Amino acid sequence: MIEGILIGLQTALSFKNLMMVMIGCFSGTIIGMLPGLGPMTAIALMIPITYGFDPSTGLILMAGVYYGAVFGGSTSSILINAPGVPGTVATSFDGYPMAQQGKAGKALAIAAYSSFAGGTISAIFLLIAAPSLSLVSLSFRSPDYFGLMILGLTAVAAFSSKGNFLKAMMMVVLGLMLASVGQDTLSDIPRFTFDNMNLSDGISFVLVVMATFAMSEALTIIFKANDPTKAAKQISLSQLGSIKLDKDETKKMVTTIPRSSVLGFIIGVLPGAGATIASFLAYGMERNFVNDEEKQKFGKGSVNGIAAPETANNAACSGSFVPLLTLGIPGSGTTAVMLGALLGFGIQPGPRLYQTNPEIFWSVIMSMYIGMVVLLILNLPLIPYIARVLATPRTFLIPLILFFSLTGVYLMSFNNFDIYMMIGIAVVATVLRLYDFPMPPLILAFVLGGLMEENLRRSLLISDGSWSFMWDRPLTIVIMLTIIFIVGWQIYKSFFKKKL
Amino acid sequence: MKISPSKLISLLFFVFSGYYLYTAYQIQVFAFDENAPFNAKTFPIYLGFAGLVFSALYIILPEANPTNVDLKVLDYKKTIGLVILMILYGLTILRAGYFLSTSIFLVASYIILGERKWIWIFILSFPFVAIFMYLLHGLLNIYLRDPFLKYIGIMG
Repeated sequence: MIEGILIGLQTALSFKNLMMVMIGCFSGTIIGMLPGLGPMTAIALMIPITYGFDPSTGLILMAGVYYGAVFGGSTSSILINAPGVPGTVATSFDGYPMAQQGKAGKALAIAAYSSFAGGTISAIFLLIAAPSLSLVSLSFRSPDYFGLMILGLTAVAAFSSKGNFLKAMMMVVLGLMLASVGQDTLSDIPRFTFDNMNLSDGISFVLVVMATFAMSEALTIIFKANDPTKAAKQISLSQLGSIKLDKDETKKMVTTIPRSSVLGFIIGVLPGAGATIASFLAYGMERNFVNDEEKQKFGKGSVNGIAAPETANNAACSGSFVPLLTLGIPGSGTTAVMLGALLGFGIQPGPRLYQTNPEIFWSVIMSMYIGMVVLLILNLPLIPYIARVLATPRTFLIPLILFFSLTGVYLMSFNNFDIYMMIGIAVVATVLRLYDFPMPPLILAFVLGGLMEENLRRSLLISDGSWSFMWDRPLTIVIMLTIIFIVGWQIYKSFFKKKL
Repeated sequence: MKISPSKLISLLFFVFSGYYLYTAYQIQVFAFDENAPFNAKTFPIYLGFAGLVFSALYIILPEANPTNVDLKVLDYKKTIGLVILMILYGLTILRAGYFLSTSIFLVASYIILGERKWIWIFILSFPFVAIFMYLLHGLLNIYLRDPFLKYIGIMG
């Protein structure tokens, strides 16, 4: 393991990769700060650029963007009460009231230190957990992988559906349907191509991500006549107050950070849960842990109230890399985008990645930590300046997002068929978003579609067409029972909620 | 009878799944693969059925959290304007080249969205695209075919 860490450090600390971490953190912070544009959009916009790099550098850039976007989301939560990402909603409960008391700098510093500490602790957990889980997952077979993928999809659907599980499941099926377009991997038989050569290779992953996130988010902002930068114009972004913390505040953070880190990491590892749930749970848990006097301060600018969700959401980000790197199965929309990018580089994440491409495995883990340091020492002092991006008028912002999306897809294929298809998917996604049909399950399903079919194919061929593979092994039974429980519970909830 | 928009979307998805399933059955597989436990159309057939089941369930079951959208506040004009502009961009990019079509697309989008600061409109279109193209060529070695720039002798 030590050797791996050294390889990772060597790769991550090369001048080029250090630059990528910095650029990633910086651009991620800017994009993540804009309300409505989260880490998925930020990473999606970066994918076409990363294809010019080697896999390690590309992944390091994306990891930097991911952390930067989460940090940027906290900034807009605190400054204008408009969380850039759902994972930072809980931060706004106490961050915004503190900012209103003229202590925005302090709130941002608490968020940054907590993120750093949460990220550091969870990076250590990741260092320990990832190789061990890689070894365990070597014993997994095709039916287990097939089951795990369905589990991941149903869990993401359950958590991202806001009570509309069936809508999320429809999006899962739609994602899998989109993934089935193109030649069959084994027999090369064309499927759903309608004799169109442009569809024979299938629909590009970048196209789907750009259409459903970047482009559709931009169209949604215009369609709903939202102005995400409106609130920023009402505050002074240059006078944020001191970023220094006193002894009492530091003491409070010292007790909050370890427990929120553990909670955040565990939640992050679970498929579907992710940073949003981790931050809300940590906020709730912290409120129960503190004394009555401190409890009264919650919602009015409590230090613990900012530190807990910020620590947890960053810890969850690291945690979400565990299933991606060790099993090759992303547990969230964001890691699904990263998986798509990895597959684009020709790398199949999974238990063997640890052995076949140790430099990628370890450099990504190491760069996460370096990203935390960059966020703390570079982004925090620069926040008053970076925050000015919040005041960018949407009249410029939206066309520029559309520009990056269109260019990104054009650079992949150099034809206009992909542009039309992206516009079509984006328009449909905009309408679906309007009626709360979630997009993360669609992306996750699109990325997992090929792998899922492959594992189902192997399972069915091994069992000679019998579905008994689903209950042949204890591990598969446990996975299947969990899926049945999630699906059953969610449908039951949908049916009975109205009657109650 | 009034049907909610979400149920209407589910109904459309039901029809779409039906069509997908029909198309899945039409996939031509090799003769020796026809009765195999798994062939090129097996997975799509399952997906078609899954789509039918989930959308049917949504249509039949009562809605737990109906989504209410006030259609009157939606900005159709600007959204449709941008979509048309993107389609036009797709139509012109191969003929006029990346530089000209992208710059004009940006200018038109700023104007459609109501921007009237002409200096910024200019800076964030033609020079911005030129710098971006230079970065693509210089840093990432990505060649962008551009008949217009070739015609005026800037690009080879």
